[in-house]
Amino acid sequence: MNEIIKQLEEASNEIRAKFPNFQAGDTVNVHVKISEGNKERIQQYQGTVIQRRHPNTNGETFTVRKVSSGISVERIFPILAPSLDKIEVVRKGKVRRARLYYMRTRKGKAARIKEKI
Amino acid sequence: MSGIIGKKVGMTSIYDVNGKNLACTVIEAGPCIVTQVRNAQADGYDAIQLSFGEKKEKNTSGGMKGHFKKAGTTPKAKVIEFRNFRVEFEGQVDLGKTITVDQVFKENDYVDAIGTSKGKGFQGVVKRHGFAGVGEATHGQHNRLRAPGSIGACSFPSRVFKGMRMAGRMGNDRVKVLNLRVMKVMPEKNLILVSGTVPGANNSYVILEK
Repeated sequence: MNEIIKQLEEASNEIRAKFPNFQAGDTVNVHVKISEGNKERIQQYQGTVIQRRHPNTNGETFTVRKVSSGISVERIFPILAPSLDKIEVVRKGKVRRARLYYMRTRKGKAARIKEKI
Repeated sequence: MSGIIGKKVGMTSIYDVNGKNLACTVIEAGPCIVTQVRNAQADGYDAIQLSFGEKKEKNTSGGMKGHFKKAGTTPKAKVIEFRNFRVEFEGQVDLGKTITVDQVFKENDYVDAIGTSKGKGFQGVVKRHGFAGVGEATHGQHNRLRAPGSIGACSFPSRVFKGMRMAGRMGNDRVKVLNLRVMKVMPEKNLILVSGTVPGANNSYVILEK
């Protein structure tokens, strides 16, 4: 990437430092601010991180997958989004890929990820 | 109209106060040198000429060398005239003066950006003029999917009208994009961030006007 843009985007490291380190395979609990009218509340969304894209840029995102009452949901969060309140790492996963697209084809017992200790 | 000459650096994204993610173009704007001042008495109109970008002495013609010498500066690559610039900056604009980006623009201004769009080469009518193509791949169509169709009538007028949109060279044109919001001005680095896209490749020259 261009040197000047790299320098500009270094300002966002502060926001990134607020969150714990996590990577694909980890189970995270994401606290998202939701504004309804002029009220603001926090919604939690827990699932497995299946990828982190565009790392260390302003466009960095991560995808969290969960199976909610039999329906699988994938939600993409920009890591710099002001609506992100908190990220908790619930469980560290042991995986051999950076992008866990294979989780999409797995169900039940096969969709487990080993814990990294 | 006041403005500045710059170089497109690239793009990034920032969040505004409403939490909206905006794509922004980073432009290295100025510092520009005033290389000529025109006034109504001598030239019939008010304008100033700004110069930006380094250029080698050996690649500069003799006439231009003298022109830059008069302003007391080294040869510059891009020379642009801005009309009625001095009206807004009375007293500041003299020959040889340096103009920086924060003297011209401030945050939340709306600016126009002029650049030379990326060349696309020889393109067909679907890409170049937005023709719809045939639309169906079946029902007897064969190798006509992106064809322009008819380009005229019959024995009258028995010619093709001038300006008929056809295939040809696309891009590499001067393009002006209107009303881009200035998100940030960084005078210490000579940078300006505008919301949206600016025509041209990275490292190409961009003119910003207000």
